[in-house]
Amino acid sequence: MHEPARAEPARKEFWTPGVYALIVLAGIAVVIAIYRFVYGLSAVTNLDQEYPWGIWIALDVATGVALAAGGFTTAAALTHIFHRHRYEVLVRPALLTAMLGYTFVALGLTVDLGRYYNMWHPLMPSMWQGNSVLFEVGMCVVIYLNVLYIEFLPIVCERFIGAVHLPGLLARFNQPVDSLLRFLDRTLSRVMFLFIIAGVVLSCMHQSSLGGLLLIAPYKMHPLWYTPILPFLFLLSAIAVGFPMVIFESLLASKSFGRKPEMHVLTPLARLVTLTLGIYMIAKIADLLIRDAYVYLFDGSFESWMFLAEMFFGGFLPMGMLLSDKVRFSPNLLLASTTLVVLGVAFNRINVFLVAYQPPYAQKAYFPSLGEIFFTVGMIAALMLVYRAAVTIFPILPPGHKPSSRVLIKQEG
Amino acid sequence: MKLNRRGFFQVMAAGTATALASQPAQASDQAQASNPNSIGMLVDTTECIGCRKCEFACDMANNLTGQPVKAFEDMKVYDRERRMSENAFTVVNRYANPEDSNRPIYVKSQCMHCLKPGCTSACLVGALRVGDNGAVVYDAWKCLGCRYCMVACPFQVPMYEYDDPLTPRVRKCEFCHTRLEEGKLPACAEMCPPMALTFGSREELLKLAHKKIESNPDRYIDHVYGEKEVGGTSWLYLASREFEKTGFLKLGEGAVPSLTEPIQHAIFKLGLPPLALYGLLGAMMWTYRNGDEYIDPGESEETDPSA
Ligand code: SF4
Ligand code: SF4
Ligand code: SF4
Repeated sequence: MHEPARAEPARKEFWTPGVYALIVLAGIAVVIAIYRFVYGLSAVTNLDQEYPWGIWIALDVATGVALAAGGFTTAAALTHIFHRHRYEVLVRPALLTAMLGYTFVALGLTVDLGRYYNMWHPLMPSMWQGNSVLFEVGMCVVIYLNVLYIEFLPIVCERFIGAVHLPGLLARFNQPVDSLLRFLDRTLSRVMFLFIIAGVVLSCMHQSSLGGLLLIAPYKMHPLWYTPILPFLFLLSAIAVGFPMVIFESLLASKSFGRKPEMHVLTPLARLVTLTLGIYMIAKIADLLIRDAYVYLFDGSFESWMFLAEMFFGGFLPMGMLLSDKVRFSPNLLLASTTLVVLGVAFNRINVFLVAYQPPYAQKAYFPSLGEIFFTVGMIAALMLVYRAAVTIFPILPPGHKPSSRVLIKQEG
Repeated sequence: MKLNRRGFFQVMAAGTATALASQPAQASDQAQASNPNSIGMLVDTTECIGCRKCEFACDMANNLTGQPVKAFEDMKVYDRERRMSENAFTVVNRYANPEDSNRPIYVKSQCMHCLKPGCTSACLVGALRVGDNGAVVYDAWKCLGCRYCMVACPFQVPMYEYDDPLTPRVRKCEFCHTRLEEGKLPACAEMCPPMALTFGSREELLKLAHKKIESNPDRYIDHVYGEKEVGGTSWLYLASREFEKTGFLKLGEGAVPSLTEPIQHAIFKLGLPPLALYGLLGAMMWTYRNGDEYIDPGESEETDPSA
């Protein structure tokens, strides 16, 4: 990896009441998943012949991928391609989130797919179907997931080189494993830039294709969201949510581990958000104007309210907040505004996949079942658990006692 | 919903103005439409008597519910509009006839076997595909159960076996392609007592349909449903009353994949945009290699062995 290591495993009691709560929620999701595998999708979900996709696609997959965008925007593009090294303290948390985020997207998809055991089919050239947008999304996600694991490997190496202590009989492998890690570390540090660029390319491709998925249903989509540039808007919103997601997480992690928030990097990063979010909003508004779709904005329909709410709470409000110095320098206000951006993108994905999708002959509108909701909540809980475990095992977060270590060390050195 | 359809044309107008011109899609639409082997079925709704024999025949031919013919003689089902299901690939519905209330209009529905289907374009593993004769067929072995085909079908046709936990299938009419290979007619057409269903080559059927309209302008409205809808369908309909009044969807002439496929082709067939982006990012990485003011040049390219 390019960045000098300034991180260490978090030293904090793992078993807190919050962790127990997360375990209960994750446990519920496991029970729901088992129920689904035994009794079928109809036993757990409200999906029907008109609404084949529900929140497991809109949230677990589409939103999950969007919110994992911090990996390619912050960790890869900003820090490694544009070499803004002041943001290095954020690289590892962002990378971890992306890796876990995509892993959970894959897990969520497994539960949603009717024939999950055929998941490998798109990898077989004999079944490739290049016309399909979903094919591209699937391929990019699979490859990117592997790229993320590779990008994470140096952190594993760093943690275990010289510290391989396998238990019992396995102890005799300590030496070979250690050599393997050293070899990996050396090789990877030379070729890592190839993977980092590939990760950004793959991200741009599937983040946008995710928006392209619904372009195939022109007669079913509400005109407020149906636009030929939907893929472009999805890419812009993924870029727009990347930094806020990283800020949001960093602030939450500081709170949960009782550290001082990394405001010295979060505040300048928040300034960049006004740029990325601004570009996204301008594109969205221009699109409405060019397509003359603004006529649907104030027609009082449910869709129009959902669109306005999405734009206000996910766009104008956080934008207004982030433009103010007071907000950017205050941990709590910054947390509030980035939460809005994050929820705003989730709101957009729900709107595009569920609200805008209006199939003919529908008997009733789709609303997620309790099973669907609790499964999604449980998956988020499980992701947080694994995240917490990962930061206590691996050097992800900066050393706790020196919140602004990078700058301090710089000055000391 | 009405606003929806109108909105679509505006969108399409905007769409053609974008860089991704829909030229290639139109070209391939025409190539498909002129496939001389393309089979078709002409449904003359003015001939249909609503006997539901086609439903029975379909049920038998596809081993669906296995109900006896008696079950299909129940005419009470017409009291409410029915939709296809995973156990019924075709259903007949009854609609009022303003000209003669004693002779209601019956409409049989099933997969339209589009010439440029949304479902086959959507399917990421080719589990749904257009056969040489134009029949849109399904291979459950390949299917992932992602249900994207259901999202993509403009007629809302593919049905899913949500109750099956292990081997759920996408279910729809496959134009009796195994019967066709044996030289038989599609089951519904074979069983239909009057001449409501005519099987043949799509080209011939179109000619026949227009001839019928010409020689009987009082009986038919001048519109063959399926000739142009969503780029053309293999199933064609004649009617005495506007189609929208008898359960048909008002759809435009654009094939549903005409936006997605050009985008996919631009990315995959050329592979250039991703490579160009890769090169661009690489160049940026090089250009900005000195980074911002916080960078220590000696440190940046090295792995820190400490910790
Ligand atoms: S009607 Fe639907 S299922 Fe049938 S071929 Fe067309 S898109 Fe496919
Ligand atoms: S559900 Fe099956 S047939 Fe339909 S798109 Fe997915 S893989 Fe293809
Ligand atoms: S069998 Fe023929 S006449 Fe009877 S309902 Fe079907 S299409 Fe109509």
